[in-house]
Amino acid sequence: MDGGMVAAAPLLEVEDLSVQFVTREATVNAVSGATFNLKAGEVLCLLGESGSGKSVTLRALMRLLPGRARVKGRVNVAGQDALALKGRALQSFRGGTVAMVFQEPMTALDPVYTIGQHLTEMIRRHKGVGRAEARAQAIELLNLVKIPSAERRIDAYPHELSGGLRQRAMIAIALSCGPKLLLADEPTTALDATVQIQVLILLRRLQQELGMGTIFVTHDLGVAAEIADRVAVMYAGRVIEEGPVADVLRRPAHPYTAGLMASTVHDQAPDQDIAAIPGSPPDLRRLPPGCSFAPRCSLAMPACRQGFPEPVFPAPGRMARCLRVADVLQQPVGVHA
Amino acid sequence: MNKPVALAVAEIPADSDFDGAPATKVRGYWQSVGYRLRHDWVTLGFGVIVLLIVLAAVFAPLIAPFSPYAQSIIGRLKPFGWRGHPWGTDELGRDMMSRLIYGGRISLMMGLVPVVIATMIGGTLGVIGGFAGKVANTAIMRTMDVFYAFPSILLAVAISGAMGGGIVNGIISLSLVFTPAMCRVAETATAQVKNLDYIEAARASGAGTLTIIRHHVLGNVLGPVFIYASSLVSVSILLASGLSFLGLGVQPPEPDWGLMLSTLRQSLYVDPLGCALPGIAIFITSICFNLVSDGIRAAMDVRI
Repeated sequence: MDGGMVAAAPLLEVEDLSVQFVTREATVNAVSGATFNLKAGEVLCLLGESGSGKSVTLRALMRLLPGRARVKGRVNVAGQDALALKGRALQSFRGGTVAMVFQEPMTALDPVYTIGQHLTEMIRRHKGVGRAEARAQAIELLNLVKIPSAERRIDAYPHELSGGLRQRAMIAIALSCGPKLLLADEPTTALDATVQIQVLILLRRLQQELGMGTIFVTHDLGVAAEIADRVAVMYAGRVIEEGPVADVLRRPAHPYTAGLMASTVHDQAPDQDIAAIPGSPPDLRRLPPGCSFAPRCSLAMPACRQGFPEPVFPAPGRMARCLRVADVLQQPVGVHA
Repeated sequence: MNKPVALAVAEIPADSDFDGAPATKVRGYWQSVGYRLRHDWVTLGFGVIVLLIVLAAVFAPLIAPFSPYAQSIIGRLKPFGWRGHPWGTDELGRDMMSRLIYGGRISLMMGLVPVVIATMIGGTLGVIGGFAGKVANTAIMRTMDVFYAFPSILLAVAISGAMGGGIVNGIISLSLVFTPAMCRVAETATAQVKNLDYIEAARASGAGTLTIIRHHVLGNVLGPVFIYASSLVSVSILLASGLSFLGLGVQPPEPDWGLMLSTLRQSLYVDPLGCALPGIAIFITSICFNLVSDGIRAAMDVRI
């Protein structure tokens, strides 16, 4: 799990990214000040429960949010200011520099086009090569993602493939134009368990071979442990803890991460109750003034409700936004914070 | 409880033959539609009848035993087989069979042309309305709703009545009648497709709006639109016949099934069978078109 820790300038820098959805009735703060960065060849897992802003963050990086979303902050991908791109530059940025693998391979492929048509359309658009050359490259890509008998499967429609093969085809499409940054939005959630691990291993290997930076969104701690170099834990639209995957999962520094770990099924006795985090995530229309986890946190102090805690760095490469990091780190894992 | 979380998942050979069902021969979409149609005897049977009607209309001059306009004072309303007239003569002594065959030309044209025009206009407006923003959608769809407020026959009669009779005016009025319905079908299909993941995926892969509409929206909207259009053909034939019957569509002496029905009505007690013939032609044609379009719809549905 050491991954390709290439020492280089960050491929992706996200600074103070916030996304608001404004409607007549309310303003929803889907993401409020997320900050993280990613080196080339590194896998970052965005971890968090539903509604914590993981998918919205991904879509903001690719500028896929609808017009009514207000995006603020700074997103820098391979030296380009992603939030300022327009027109042609934006189109070649999407798919060329950054590519995305979606959660549902069934609905993310157009049912009236074959896998090959999807691939060649994309290759021809971005590389401007001829039909035959694009088809040859498409078959190569299908071989790369280990689709058996690619020469025949290239003419298959999405509904003629199994879920796992479809997701492989999605990955091939995402990889077709050699992106520097791959965004994966829960790419294994819709697959069954045995296929999940195959797709994970494939993604991990391709990422290493091609040296892509990868952001992997998931709510599954096991998936994160399997694929990530680093994890960033999101809660209510903020990154509340970040660090190397083994450190964060073994010795969480934030009470929320500790709570997540405690509520996961691992080696407990079969009849043992699983500790749940009390309460529920905050209403994104009315975030509490201080730390958004404070209302559910057993370690909360009055100071926690004053303002959102500034980042602290308990160890090199680790970040947590909590006033009581020292206390959390001392606790054994699995005991509820 | 104090154990660290298991980080390493048991090694699974990465190159194992994952969900690799044997690669069977992949049949393309149109191939499987053709396969399903070939095994649907009902659709095939009625398709043959439709084909015969169309062929008869196209080759009318070669098939018709007499001129459809030649009148005969002494040979009026004669029964089947009278002096070589297989289906008798009408109230002006014209050969019924020839008039029915020639009438098929006009009836089929009145069935197809308004539907094609309405599909193009309504389909375009519907896709724009479904894909564009709220303002364009409201403008287009509320306008269409105004047309919807009138029953289709009433609207066709009103437009034809205001513009006068004739084939061209009949086609225009029927096109106007069908446009709102086509527009609604196209708009609904577009709105459904617009929110699907593959539109977002196409955008994520760098496709522009026009490319997305051309490939991904049209490709998925054309199916439902085509199916609905094919079911409108029989309605159009019926409405056109109705207009002719009321004297608002085709003008005499042109042979048209609706018009023939109207003029033969006065002879109902003299020659009831002859009077029924144009009605039977309308009935057979429209039911055949309906059943064939039903069969095509079933064959084109991937999920069945």
